[in-house]
Amino acid sequence: MGELRLMKGNEAVAEAAIRAGCDGYFGYPITPQSEIMEYLMAEKPHERTGMVVLQAESETASINMLYGGAGTGKMVMTSSSSPGISLMQEGISYMAGAELPCLLVNIVRGGPGLGTIQPSQADYFQAVKGGGHGDYKMIVLAPASVQEMCDFVKLGFELSFKYRTPAFILSDGAIGQMMEKVELFDPIPRRTEAELIKQCPWAATGKPKNREHIIITSLDLDPAGQERVNLKLQAKYKIMEENEVRYETIQCDDAEYIFVAFGLSARICQKSIDLARKKGIKVGLFRPITLSPFPTKPLGEMSKRVKGILVVEMNAGQMIEDVRLSVHSDQKVEHYGRFGGIIPSPDEVVAALEQKIIGG
Amino acid sequence: MTEEIIIAGFGGQGVLSMGKILAYSGVMQNKEVSWMPSYGPEMRGGTANVTVIISDERISSPILNSYDTGIILNQQSLDKFEKTIKPGGLLIYDPNGITHPPVRKDINIYSIAAADEAGKIGLSKVFNMIVLGGFLKLKPLVNPENIHKGLEKSLPARHHKLIPDNEKAIELGKELLIPVVVLN
Amino acid sequence: MEDQVTKIDIRKDENIVYKRTDLLVDRPLSYCPGCGHGVVHRMLMETLEEMDIQDKTIGVSPVGCSVLAYDFMNIDMLGAAHGRAPALATAIKRLWPERFVFTYQGDGDLAAIGTAETIHACNRGENFVIIFINNGIYGMTGGQMAPTTLPGMRSSTSPYGRDVATMGHPLKITELIAQLPGTYYVTRQAVHTPNHVRRTKKALRKAFENQKRNTGISFIEVVSNCNSGWKMTPVQSNKWMEDNMFPFYPLGDIKVDGQLVPKKETAEKE
Repeated sequence: MGELRLMKGNEAVAEAAIRAGCDGYFGYPITPQSEIMEYLMAEKPHERTGMVVLQAESETASINMLYGGAGTGKMVMTSSSSPGISLMQEGISYMAGAELPCLLVNIVRGGPGLGTIQPSQADYFQAVKGGGHGDYKMIVLAPASVQEMCDFVKLGFELSFKYRTPAFILSDGAIGQMMEKVELFDPIPRRTEAELIKQCPWAATGKPKNREHIIITSLDLDPAGQERVNLKLQAKYKIMEENEVRYETIQCDDAEYIFVAFGLSARICQKSIDLARKKGIKVGLFRPITLSPFPTKPLGEMSKRVKGILVVEMNAGQMIEDVRLSVHSDQKVEHYGRFGGIIPSPDEVVAALEQKIIGG
Repeated sequence: MTEEIIIAGFGGQGVLSMGKILAYSGVMQNKEVSWMPSYGPEMRGGTANVTVIISDERISSPILNSYDTGIILNQQSLDKFEKTIKPGGLLIYDPNGITHPPVRKDINIYSIAAADEAGKIGLSKVFNMIVLGGFLKLKPLVNPENIHKGLEKSLPARHHKLIPDNEKAIELGKELLIPVVVLN
Repeated sequence: MEDQVTKIDIRKDENIVYKRTDLLVDRPLSYCPGCGHGVVHRMLMETLEEMDIQDKTIGVSPVGCSVLAYDFMNIDMLGAAHGRAPALATAIKRLWPERFVFTYQGDGDLAAIGTAETIHACNRGENFVIIFINNGIYGMTGGQMAPTTLPGMRSSTSPYGRDVATMGHPLKITELIAQLPGTYYVTRQAVHTPNHVRRTKKALRKAFENQKRNTGISFIEVVSNCNSGWKMTPVQSNKWMEDNMFPFYPLGDIKVDGQLVPKKETAEKE
């Protein structure tokens, strides 16, 4: 059993980064996620593991620092909240195009614009549909607990290096700010220079005489070449869809209805299940853990056994589009959402189920 | 066992840290816990509240709209949360600054004059621990040994010399409860 | 005819008087004939070769005419997003403190879209070399106005000349960053004559030697021409550069060994 601690979601991300063997964190303060860099700075990771932590001059600089670090094979990450993540989109697109691994954490707050600092899930589209320009996808993980905030840092790094793609943790202000019990995984040493060069033969680490020089770029001025880049990316995304879909089902065995929800909304729905079942309503929860690749097939299978699906999100209806693409067109699918930083309460979710699905 | 608690008062009263010490003590007792604060600008001098859940099972929603227990330290919070206590539940409040006391008859209500007492004995810094003591007297969810560990884990090392004062305050709180409404 | 030198003789090692450095890839440069980029590329690669640090160097190229610099420089390189090269270089150097790191940037990249990254990398005193090619115009996109375009100078987006009242003044970013405590060596050079080429080469060597000692930023501006963008012949453009660019952007050292050079000594004496 690993070390037990009571931690905020943001603190768990930071501690997990140090323990995962992260080489560098580059970020810019923004509420509600500043504890990540604060925790890192207080921990002196340079002394603990040799990890570099730098407060950049902007989110734009942060993401391009990641591009620089990742291009040399280093394990790098940043974190931000919605407006800051918007500012990073150009750099994320470059990293996807240049096939660079990195970990990005979005502690989502209500938008659009400067919005609010309260929790939201309104950045779903931005995270799973690309966000920046061009045809690319990331691996998007949606933690629903502080424990998963910790575990998904390690998982995110693993997947990002396995597929040479940015990995993205889509969380929210509530999970970032709340404290829960966390079992920390044992620290993994940072890779040595020799290990890095062996693991990342593609990285620009300095050209020895006996190999060709390495160029990290997302530019190919020849359209045929650029199409080949795109085909390669799409083939990679296909493999990710086959191998990396993750989801959880709760009380679905006898369910006549299901909630589909991710992150904090999924936690609220678990309470709603208890409340609904006390009323005799057999409802379960399907929780996508990877929002990209989306668990299309398992959700499609499960949907055949239920009478109706309520998608619960802290947004105006985003994941519901992927849910609809996963199920038969006759399937009843409705949405319940609160936005702008308002969190739906467990009983209003039950009321929505009764009204929109059972009664509707 | 699942205990769902709201702790609410002014920013600066130690609302969040009371919740954190309670939650950490729960961790030390091998319980599942969650600590969900209100966060943002309202923390600065405005109202602050935190939802603490301690359970033997995996915790579902960390955000609730009804509670087993309310620990209330100012009038605004009483106005906001009295109605959210589940029937048969518990409300503990400090009467200091309360002009409209609670009126419900379907919940257990205790007052605890922690602010006054803390001022008298010169322990105003651990006022929140007096309140916590009152709560633990009524709902002994965690034992003193694990509260000690919870204090060690929650307080930065430079404040560990204050742990005895904190423990003294918790014991004191157990003696200060005054029943207002007690259900059979 | 016996003593006539044949092509084969000329190629013999003992007859070599000049050899292209192996650190330049054997392929035609994409720059316009007459452009200064190629010369700076060569000086830079020769410097790395002479210091024998090819295997320890990581370069960052910009967006602009030198976007493809990585195709010509036979070292490991990263192509940055427009303006962000100093951010990349910051991370690379901090994560690989034993490597030599440089950015190679144009005026639009370094002094317009990337101003924040330039100033903050300089202000933090990052330990890498910045090579800044200033030709007062956006060459790659077709001759638009740059942050360093001179007052009255014509470009495709200032077709009647740069009107400073509405378009702002040219930015002397080199003088600006020289004020920052994080810069150690700041100099302005040119490559239009053999003499200037030699000086630029010396400056490059000094900059990389500084990096060995972790002194902070070494910043080399090269005032260069853009005969295509300026709509001139190469010879005309060099003359125009001497007559117009150098008075506004005087050549010479601005800061040496962390100390600002007194102003009267700044202007180069020919």
